Amino acid sequence: MTTHDHVEYLLRLGDNTLVGGQRLSEWVGHGPVLEEDIALSNVALDLIGQARWWLTRAGTVEGQGRTEDDLAFLRDGTAFRNVLLVEQPNGPTRGGPSGRGGDFGVTIARQWLFDTWHVQLLQHLVTSSDDEIAAIAAKAHKEATYHHRHSAQWVIRLGDGTDHSHHRMQQAIDALWRFTGELFTPDDVDERIAAAGIGPDPSALKAAFDASVDAVLAEATLQRPADGWMQTGGKQGEHTEHLGYLLAEMQHLQRTYVGASW
Amino acid sequence: MAAARRALARVLDPELPVVSIVDLGMVRDVRIDADGAVMVALTPTYSGCPAQSAIEQDAARALRQAGFASVRITQVLSPPWTTDWMTHAAREALRAHGIAPPTTRPSGLFDEPQVDCPRCDSSHTHRVSEFGSSACKALYACDACLEPFEHFKCL
Repeated sequence: MTTHDHVEYLLRLGDNTLVGGQRLSEWVGHGPVLEEDIALSNVALDLIGQARWWLTRAGTVEGQGRTEDDLAFLRDGTAFRNVLLVEQPNGPTRGGPSGRGGDFGVTIARQWLFDTWHVQLLQHLVTSSDDEIAAIAAKAHKEATYHHRHSAQWVIRLGDGTDHSHHRMQQAIDALWRFTGELFTPDDVDERIAAAGIGPDPSALKAAFDASVDAVLAEATLQRPADGWMQTGGKQGEHTEHLGYLLAEMQHLQRTYVGASW
Repeated sequence: MAAARRALARVLDPELPVVSIVDLGMVRDVRIDADGAVMVALTPTYSGCPAQSAIEQDAARALRQAGFASVRITQVLSPPWTTDWMTHAAREALRAHGIAPPTTRPSGLFDEPQVDCPRCDSSHTHRVSEFGSSACKALYACDACLEPFEHFKCL
């Protein structure tokens, strides 16, 4: 394993939480009910807090003086290493193109799939040979566990709700399922990281993920989609078009007023 | 050192101004370094806690006011903070403030902790939302006295 692999892996961890957190934060002030507005904002805050640890660690390992802010705000889309799942939009907004918020069912489906995987991943990272990764993972695992409680309970409530909510929840899970393959598909970096004992082999997470998904879907009276064709590329910087818009909003202040602080 | 600890015991959590950072268990180490600087190791409660930097500034200010010219605040992540480190005094202060203190950790996805109403002590309560006004709290309501209240989640 090279330093480059180590940094790449930390960027994957950091970008998953940064992009996922930024996406969720689009709900701030637009939640369907006040409690959910607060819940989604709190989850977003936790994820962005975790991203700060991961990106700070990435900058330290890289050793070229880049800070968490440099990595978050001054990289282009092709340099982002998050999985495609977390950048997927919150679903169609009701307020037209400039509207915020989105489709709550789509957001919950994405968050639930991510949380289920995130809990498993962090559980493995607690024993990482990189002590700093192990420490961040131990902290983040506790938070991911209650994020998962929140999203799983909503999948059950909406799936086992009315015919209409059941149908929309199933549709949302079906539409996002093609982004789950990437979570378990190792590439060269993953293989070297696993060999060095820094992170798990991604494919080792699949059985626990499926078991957890099946338990929730059974309660929710929903069906697990078949593992068909899977879209991959996020970990290598090949993203869906949605990431660019997200970054444009997230980065525009630092790009326009370089070095601005307050 | 005792003076430093006393100063830190007066630093309150800005989002829960009834408990100190010492009672919350956030202060992991206090020592005087070889150069005479006081070194304080703080651990964050939640990764996303927006009060973290305010707490660090408050702690540094309290130490300077207590006469320490040179103050170093560091962050430690491991072992991760847990509500088990909250003192009995902190739990009672929360309850008196109308916030149900941490109870037992949920053992699984479908397990619900028993949370008693901080106002009337009834065990007939239900969770309204997994999240409250801050990441560390959940919203509950009492089915006996009908009052809504917050519960400091067990982490």
